[in-house]
Amino acid sequence: MSILVDRSTRLVVQGFTGKEGSFHAEQMIEYGTPLVAGVTPGKGGQRHLDRPVFDTVADAVKHEGANTSVIFVPPPFAADAILEAAEAGIKVIVCITEGIPPRDMVPVYHYVKKVGAHLVGPNCPGLLTPGEAKVGIMPAMIFSPGRVGVVSRSGTLTYEAVDQLTRQGLGQSTAVGIGGDPVIGSRFVDILRLFQEDDATDAVVMIGEIGGTAEEEAAEFIKDHMTKPVFGFIAGRTAPPGRRMGHAGAIISGGKGTAEDKFAALEEAGATIVLNPAAIGETVKQTL
Amino acid sequence: MKVHEYQAKEILARYGVAVQAGQTATTVSEAVAVAETMNKERGSTLFVVKAQIHAGGRGKGGGVKLARSIEEVREKTEAILGMQLVTHQTGPEGQKVRTVLIADAVDIKKEFYLGVTLDRQRSMPVIMASTEGGVEIETVAEETPEKILKEWVDPVIGLQAFQARKIAFGLGFEGPALKQAVKFVTQLYTAYQDADCTLAEINPLTLTEQGDVIAVDAKVDIDDNALFRHQDLAAMRDEDEEDPLEVEAGTHNLNYIKLDGNVGCMVNGAGLAMGTMDIIKLAGGEPANFLDVGGNANPETVEAGFRIILRDPNVKAILVNIFGGIVRCDRVAKGIVQAARNVDIHVPLIVRLQGTNATEAREILDGSGLEVETATLFQEASDKVTQALS
Repeated sequence: MSILVDRSTRLVVQGFTGKEGSFHAEQMIEYGTPLVAGVTPGKGGQRHLDRPVFDTVADAVKHEGANTSVIFVPPPFAADAILEAAEAGIKVIVCITEGIPPRDMVPVYHYVKKVGAHLVGPNCPGLLTPGEAKVGIMPAMIFSPGRVGVVSRSGTLTYEAVDQLTRQGLGQSTAVGIGGDPVIGSRFVDILRLFQEDDATDAVVMIGEIGGTAEEEAAEFIKDHMTKPVFGFIAGRTAPPGRRMGHAGAIISGGKGTAEDKFAALEEAGATIVLNPAAIGETVKQTL
Repeated sequence: MKVHEYQAKEILARYGVAVQAGQTATTVSEAVAVAETMNKERGSTLFVVKAQIHAGGRGKGGGVKLARSIEEVREKTEAILGMQLVTHQTGPEGQKVRTVLIADAVDIKKEFYLGVTLDRQRSMPVIMASTEGGVEIETVAEETPEKILKEWVDPVIGLQAFQARKIAFGLGFEGPALKQAVKFVTQLYTAYQDADCTLAEINPLTLTEQGDVIAVDAKVDIDDNALFRHQDLAAMRDEDEEDPLEVEAGTHNLNYIKLDGNVGCMVNGAGLAMGTMDIIKLAGGEPANFLDVGGNANPETVEAGFRIILRDPNVKAILVNIFGGIVRCDRVAKGIVQAARNVDIHVPLIVRLQGTNATEAREILDGSGLEVETATLFQEASDKVTQALS
């Protein structure tokens, strides 16, 4: 078991025939992900990477039974792509695209919630269940199957944490990059809830960063609902206030959203905090 | 993207938001001419000369002055134009004033706060208002949170008239001013949405002695991601207000932020870049910068990154930390070797390359004859930073 993606995933790639879409689709296929179709409006009926191309997501659902989508379309069109997937009945939608204006994401967020789909991202590396499915752009070779869940706002820090876990002999159940934007489909709380309910996950590594209050909300959830151990690192202890650190959502504004506050909230909630980003794997190993 | 007060007012005025009348000047004679015109056309006799820089706290820093005559407009403008204005947001070196806004002084009866921003927790816009005008909203939130009124705007139905009324009533407006306040809230929200603002803040919002509701100051931040559909707003960018190194980095598609420390860093990915800054501190140094080379690190961007980092004389060592996913480590290694040929890297260089093609990358570096400390593990890289600094 695992969360959100596994062997039963039937993946459709939106933006399939584009440069990014093609490159990553190939890697997902190589990993053994059940990638059943692609969508590029206007190219329906063609074949690409030995998979059928459809004009609409609805067609991919109808003809190939797609139940999961990964989106590689450019920012001006990505919000529409998410809505199309949700409307077609896709239940797990993963949006890799970076640079979607929050104004476009606000209504999308609420619509996706309403129809009961899971949206991961945007501006995220996707998710990976080792040995079963890779949905997104994570480098597969660092993963190993196991029982630690990983959830993170950052791509490369996810890889860092996964690599450290693997080196310690700790495999992963699923790793989820939730994305660095201010408006994202799945927040820490949503993913922590899934890990808590997942029989194949024994512990969770959570990697947050400065800006917003998602880590504080996660701490509340951990305190009230999590029985599994949680290990938390927050990036940006040395970041200055008022500056956006790369990610659109990574900014300390009005004294709020500091790494100190987030570490403190997690510690108070009973999570094990890791102050050194190079010691994530080691800390989990020693504690478990 | 930040814009100046006068630009913020220009944007808001397009949506019918009532703003204090005024015009900009970049020379003293222009300022006098502006005041003379305002006097002729509007009968203005009392003016405010306001320094236009992006930082807040301009009044306390001496960048906003009342002028009781056209002659005083000349004097005050002379004092403000060209000054290094220091506020709590500029840092000790201050920001040079290149433009002033000459505005009508307003007979203030009462001041309020009104702002629209994104509530990240609820993923929808929130309108915030307070009777504590002129005070920073963070301070009000800290000391008297009960004085902040909030109305969240459901994206499906948009802002409703009753919500604008709730804000106006809540602030204590009555009579003809109430109608103006309701309109003001509505127009401000429309501007926020339409212009893709991440913040539209009026502080203070003013009720004048004459009973009018107008914006005396305005702060608008525009969403960088949405500039593709607002060419006119994108043109408002003022690079003079930005760090020149950061502007240069931007032209190479590098996301660079200058900091005050002694260890430079070059990293792929924003999260790992912050994590690398944090580990530099744990290693006994202080980060000199944030630098995300992104997913397209190639010899040209790596070289540009080194040049920019080394422009800072405080840098005593450089840590390159790449976790190759999409980025191939061997390409980065080639970039480092090429950069070292073209740039004089006169400080210890520590390179940690991990992930896709990391072994090939190490071979390239080891065979290059470069003086470079390589590392595989993050902790190893951190230890080498400590050694380099001691």
